[in-house]
Order: sequence, then C-alpha cells, then structure tokens
Amino acid sequence: MMLQVEHLKITFPHATGHFEAVKDFSLTVEEGQVIGIVGESGSGKSMTAHAIMGLLERKHIQVSGSIRFQGVELLELTRSQLRAYQGKELSIIFQEPMTSLNPTMKIGVQVEEALRIHTKMNAKERKARALEAMALAGLPNGEALYHQYPHQLSGGMRQRVMIAAALVLRPRLLIADEPTTALDVTIQAQILDTLKEIKRKEGIAILFISHDLGVIRALCHHVVVMQQGEIVEAGPIEQVFHHPQQEYTQRLIASRPTRTKLKAGGSHG
Amino acid sequence: MMKTLVKRGMLLIATLLLVTILAFVAFSIIPGDPTSSILGVEATGEQVAALRAKLGLDLPIWQRYLQWLGGLLTGNLGESYNYAMPVGQLLATCVTHTLTLAGLAFALIVVISLPLGIVAARYEGGVVDRVLTILNQITMSVPNFVAGILLVYLFGLVLHLFQPGAIVTPQAGWGPYLWYMLFPALAVALPRSAMTVKMLRGSILREMGQDYIRTAYSKGNSKTSALWRHVLRNAMIPVVTFLAMTVADIMAGSIVVEQVFGIPGLGKMLVTSIGNRDYPVVQAIVVLIATVVVVCNFAADLLYRVMDPRLRGR
Ligand SMILES: Nc1ncnc2c1ncn2[C@@H]1O[C@H](COP(=O)(O)OP(=O)(O)OP(=O)(O)O)[C@@H](O)[C@H]1O
Ligand SMILES: [Mg+2]
Repeated sequence: MMLQVEHLKITFPHATGHFEAVKDFSLTVEEGQVIGIVGESGSGKSMTAHAIMGLLERKHIQVSGSIRFQGVELLELTRSQLRAYQGKELSIIFQEPMTSLNPTMKIGVQVEEALRIHTKMNAKERKARALEAMALAGLPNGEALYHQYPHQLSGGMRQRVMIAAALVLRPRLLIADEPTTALDVTIQAQILDTLKEIKRKEGIAILFISHDLGVIRALCHHVVVMQQGEIVEAGPIEQVFHHPQQEYTQRLIASRPTRTKLKAGGSHG
Repeated sequence: MMKTLVKRGMLLIATLLLVTILAFVAFSIIPGDPTSSILGVEATGEQVAALRAKLGLDLPIWQRYLQWLGGLLTGNLGESYNYAMPVGQLLATCVTHTLTLAGLAFALIVVISLPLGIVAARYEGGVVDRVLTILNQITMSVPNFVAGILLVYLFGLVLHLFQPGAIVTPQAGWGPYLWYMLFPALAVALPRSAMTVKMLRGSILREMGQDYIRTAYSKGNSKTSALWRHVLRNAMIPVVTFLAMTVADIMAGSIVVEQVFGIPGLGKMLVTSIGNRDYPVVQAIVVLIATVVVVCNFAADLLYRVMDPRLRGR
C-alpha cells in the first residue's frame, strides 16, 4: 500500500464550539492507481487533499487519525521531515489556477522550484527537466514560456504550468484538486486528456478530486463519495456510476450536464 | 517598457515646468514688494523705480518668467535681493545640509523598517512583534519636532553624544558630518519608520495568506524560504510606493527638524527669504524641493514596474 488514510478527522477550533470539516475519512491508494473523490461543494474534499499534502496549519487546524505514506506516518513527522515529501513524493495541483502561481516569478523558475529544493541539479539540468515536464503537461513551447510571467498566460495554460511543476520530480502520488473546475469546458476536456496521457506514460498514482462524477469516470478506477466530511459510498467507478446506493450519489450523477447538453449550451461552463 | 519610460519622462518634465510656473507666479502676485524690504519704507518714488528697473521688476511677468527659466536651465538661479550674491552660491551649504539630512533620514527609514517589518511578520504574535506593535503606536503618534526635542535632550544634553547648537560642515570630513546629521535624521526617520514597519508587516502577512504561498509550501519550501523567495518581492511593491510618497514628508520633516537642531539648512533660509521678499531665493528653494519629490516619485514608478511584471508595458 502506497497511501493509507484512516479515520482522518479535521477540526477547526471555533469560539462557538468546534467545526468538523472532515469527520471520518479512510482511503487506500495503491501504486499507479487512480482514485476519485467526489462530493458536493463544502463536503471536505480540499481539506482532505491538503491534509494528505501536509498543508494544513497545525497551529490552527487539528488533524487526527492516520495518514501513512509508504509505511511512514505523515501526521507524526515534524514540519521539516514532512518537507522532504512535499513536491518530491507527493504533489498537488490546486482548484484555483489563476492565483496559485507567484505573479512576480518567471514560469520557468516556478516549474523547476521542486528541483532546486530537493536535488543538487545545476541550472542547465533543471531547465532541461523543466522543459520535459512542461511538454508532458501539454506545453510544448516551454522554451518561450520559460521567461514569461503568469499574467501573460490563460487559466488553462497556468493550470498546465502547475501540472508541470507538480510532475517535475516524478512524484509517486499526484493530488489533483478539481483541476478543471475553474476553467472553460473545452479547456477542461483538454486538460483531462493531458492527465490521462500522464497516467499512461508515467504510471503515477493520482488522487483526482471533482464534484463531477462523469469527469471522475473518465479517469479513475475507484471512487469515494463524500458528503459533509464523511464517506457515504465507495467502490469501483462503474459500479458506483451505474448502481449508486445512496440518493446523494444519484443526485451527483443527475445534476451533471450530459455531453450533448454541454454542446448545446455553448462552451462556457 | 521603453514607450512607458518616454511617456513618464515627458510627464516628469511637464510636471517640473508647471512647478516653475506656479512658484514664479505665486511669489509674483502675493502682496508685498521686495523693494520696500531692501530700501525701507521711507524710500522715494524715484529710488523705488530705479531699483525695480535694476531688478527687472518693471518687465511684464511672462518676460521675467522666461528670463528666470532660461537662467534655471543653464544653472543660473539669479541674484539674491538681500545678500547681493548669486542664489546658487548662497544656497550651496543650506542645500547640502538639508539634502544630507533628508537622504540620511530616508536611508535610516529603509535600514530600520525593512528588517523590523520582516521579523515582526515572520514571528507574528511573538515577543518581538508585540513589543514592536507597542513601540510603533508610540512612535507613530510623536511628531517630528517632538522627537527632535527628545533626541536633543537625551543624546545631546544627557549623554553628550553631540553638542546641541554646534554647526558642523562637510569640510570637517564625512565622518563627523554624518554623525552630526545622525540625530536630526533619526528625529525625521522614527515616525516614518514606524509607519513603514507596520505597512511592511501587514503586506507580508497578507501575501503569506495567498494561494501561491500554499503552492510554495506544497513544493517543500520552509516558511523562511517561502518568505524570502516568494513573499518579499510581492510584499515590497506597495511599500515602495509608500516610501516614494514619504519623500515629500521627509523633506518637510527635515525643514522642521533643522530648526530644532539649529542646522542652517533650507528651512531657515526659506523662512528668512520669505520674510524679506527675496523671491529669487524662495523660488529656487521651492523648485529644488519640488524637483527632489517629483524625481523620487518617478524613480519609484520605474522601480515598481521592475518589481511587478504585471505593470510592465502599461
Ligand atoms: N479556514 C476555515 N475555517 C473554518 N472552516 C473552513 C475553513 N476552510 C474551509 N472550511 C470549511 O470546511 C468545509 C470543507 O471545505 P473544503 O474546502 O474541503 O470543501 P470542498 O469539498 O473542497 O468544496 P469545493 O467543491 O467547493 O471546493 C467547508 O464547509 C468549509 O466551509
Ligand atoms: Mg475544494
């Protein structure tokens, strides 16, 4: 087992009692597997993803349960021990492509940052690897983009830059937190294709988060359905999609616009 | 970028021209005649007319302005009515005093507030941060001249680190001269430093909460490296603007603090010359101060274009 999450609980201390964003979440991801997490807005998907990445501020947010990655309990690591995993073994792309890049830093520097932190590569080697990662992420003109700034790029391009930066060190697990939600529908489809391509070529495990079960179906083997911080259903994707056990899951499937509806409605989602 | 530079440069020149016009016209239309302060009130009509002709005051205003502007551009600031010597020569020492004071004050603001702002933000809520917050509150509410009086008292009269009222000139060497200017510069710098610390701290904390910092952490950055590599440049952008605007306040503050420390700078000269209706001197000082302020703002504008790629080419 590469990643095993058990009884994950995430609590925000409040003056007026605690708020449990995630109540009881368990999941295993095997090497090379693509697992989906689906759930309505506010169901705790991003919190779970950030907890696995070690991005929740320990001072303010309580995380309990267990997150074991390759046999190591991540929740017991110190911050600096955890950093050895971040960007190297574990990577994430976020829900907000427009704001996730540093506005005053060149694209190239941002893509190769994990290399600078985790390896002893020199500038030339880093750049060569960065361009490879950019090509993999669907940015074949990496050389030109290398010296540009985020504001010169569209949302889709920025998300591809994020993907390149996340993959630059060939992590074991990529967490994709609604990578296409903020994007145009046509761009969304293209980025999903890119992720499929990455899955095929690199064979890395992906934890793919979406509120759209259809998108998950296009990519994942297994799916976990979340509602208000809890898992309400889990299983192989075809089984959950065709025979949902919960009314909540049925609603998630039903609320999803079909391909034909999308085309009729234009390309702005 | 080049086009913007040219455009900004033109705007700079236009602004400075406007300043010269305002300075000239303002002092030409305010009541009071320079001849009466030179000749006294009992002067005869002929004496006044002769002096007016000699000073060129009988010419139409636009002609006088053009003459004066022409002189300004060739470095000839005219002749002081009162001291019967070229304005340039008259002002040389005062200008050195005031610009050294203002420059030193600016340097102190930067040297004091950047490290403190960074430390306060990095260790937010820690001891240093809390002490600084309190100190800031106090310092910010103390006007320049009060700070000046306190510094004279503490460092001059009690600790004898300098002699209040003594005048040191650059001829004494840069070491003693800068030491002489250090305490007045501190008086100018302290209130502004407090504001800059507060502003930088807030700016850093705001940036620390941005999405791209979360990205930086996800790649394995420590808090310190996220701060240095990602936050600082973004956090400095508003601070640079603020510092540029501060230049005007520093000039004004320097002129006030000079009085407290008895430094014979532009402030004293300005007050005396206004009293004497010595317009060539007054106009030269006004144009000089305005030029410093406008040029600093221009420099800041360029600087934050360099710092913020989103503004380039705009
Ligand atoms: N800083 C915070 N303080 C308190 N509650 C928070 C905070 N951040 C998030 N929450 C709450 O935690 C819950 C889970 O949020 P989360 O971002 O994980 O949802 P999500 O499933 O990713 O939703 P979406 O699809 O909109 O991204 C939400 O109810 C949210 O309001
Ligand atoms: Mg989310």
